Amino acid sequence: MRKYTPKDNVQGKSYYTDRFWVAPRVPRHEVEEGSHFADVVKALGRKAKESYVEIGQLVVHIKASENFNVLKTLKESCGYTQCSEQSAVDYLAKDGEFELFYQLLNISEAKRVRVVCRIKKGEAIESVVPLFKSANFAEREIFDMFGIKVNNHPFLKRILMPDDWEGHPLLKTYPMIGDEFASWYEVDKIFGKEYRDVIGPENRDPARIDRYDTKRFSRVGYEVPFGADISEGEKENPIEYSETVLVDYTKSSKQLDERR
Amino acid sequence: MAQHQVNYASSAGLPIALTSVDKLVNWGRSNSLWPLTYGLACCAIEMMASGASRYDFDRMGTIFRASPRQADVMILAGTLSKKHSEFARRLYDQMTEPKWVISMGSCANTGGMFNTYATVQGVDRIIPVDIYLPGCAPRPETLQYALMMLQKKIRRESANMNNNTKQNLRLV
Repeated sequence: MRKYTPKDNVQGKSYYTDRFWVAPRVPRHEVEEGSHFADVVKALGRKAKESYVEIGQLVVHIKASENFNVLKTLKESCGYTQCSEQSAVDYLAKDGEFELFYQLLNISEAKRVRVVCRIKKGEAIESVVPLFKSANFAEREIFDMFGIKVNNHPFLKRILMPDDWEGHPLLKTYPMIGDEFASWYEVDKIFGKEYRDVIGPENRDPARIDRYDTKRFSRVGYEVPFGADISEGEKENPIEYSETVLVDYTKSSKQLDERR
Repeated sequence: MAQHQVNYASSAGLPIALTSVDKLVNWGRSNSLWPLTYGLACCAIEMMASGASRYDFDRMGTIFRASPRQADVMILAGTLSKKHSEFARRLYDQMTEPKWVISMGSCANTGGMFNTYATVQGVDRIIPVDIYLPGCAPRPETLQYALMMLQKKIRRESANMNNNTKQNLRLV
């Protein structure tokens, strides 16, 4: 029976992992009383569902529908004036959800906050472009790579892939070498679908050897002219070794015994 | 004094040079190859170095042009993404005949290490290639050698491009 491979995550995996290996986890600390982060959590109030400190950085879990209000509070009353990164993680296979995160920076306090929220597949989030200009491209990238729609975005359009691309490449269900649409994209676009037969499929195997290709491959002992048709097999050519190199000294005519 | 040079051209003191049209045309073509500046990735740095004074492409009559209408060699230097493949083919179509293509570096030859959904797995899927130049990235000397090989190829070919075998390989 063929080995079952899960279809909800077709990303490349390592060939071997130790059965007893446990991935190390970053320790989570409580938010200390009286610290800067305690004020941040207090300012967010009940909007912060869960909050802890990881490597000196506050992580706040919120409801996805409140993302705009939370970021507005952080920007206007806590001094987080920069949104340095915003993206998503595909947990569809595990939890049926996307995890979205916003990475915020407070310049005057030199503190960082990560705001994390989760949305179901097909749900949209509210754009934060009115708060942070950097969110414009980041949200377009989220849309391009995961297919997550962003409400009230000024110009929601694919940013990296071509406009007529099908599929969202950062989903776990998207194979790394691309689906059928991706593998024929340039051929279909430039020449048309009827040229698929002329050009042929992509060669994804770097060590591929074509048995009947006599233009690029030859077999020692079975040499044929360049470009010859060998679909019926080729004749064996005995390999001729140099006589001067392979001299059999054990069968020399000189006999040591006679010389004595 | 003994004369070591056999001077066919000026024999009998006449200002005559004998040659064939093929040789004359190919002499002109091969010694004024104008490549299109088509750097796509890190190979472009090596291509620029080949054009600059240390390696000096100009002495071979190779002057980079920024317009496909003025160029007759396309040096595809770097990773060709699928999004860009359409424009690469359009630039190739805009070049005037006769035209030649050098595929520079592993990425342009086969897709190289980018075995991904977004990279064209060898530019010969969309453009007929004359010279495949291996390397990651090839040194400027290697690009010079590739250009000299292309010059050799042009001198060997018929000046009438319709007689050359590559013409049959044109996709469109």
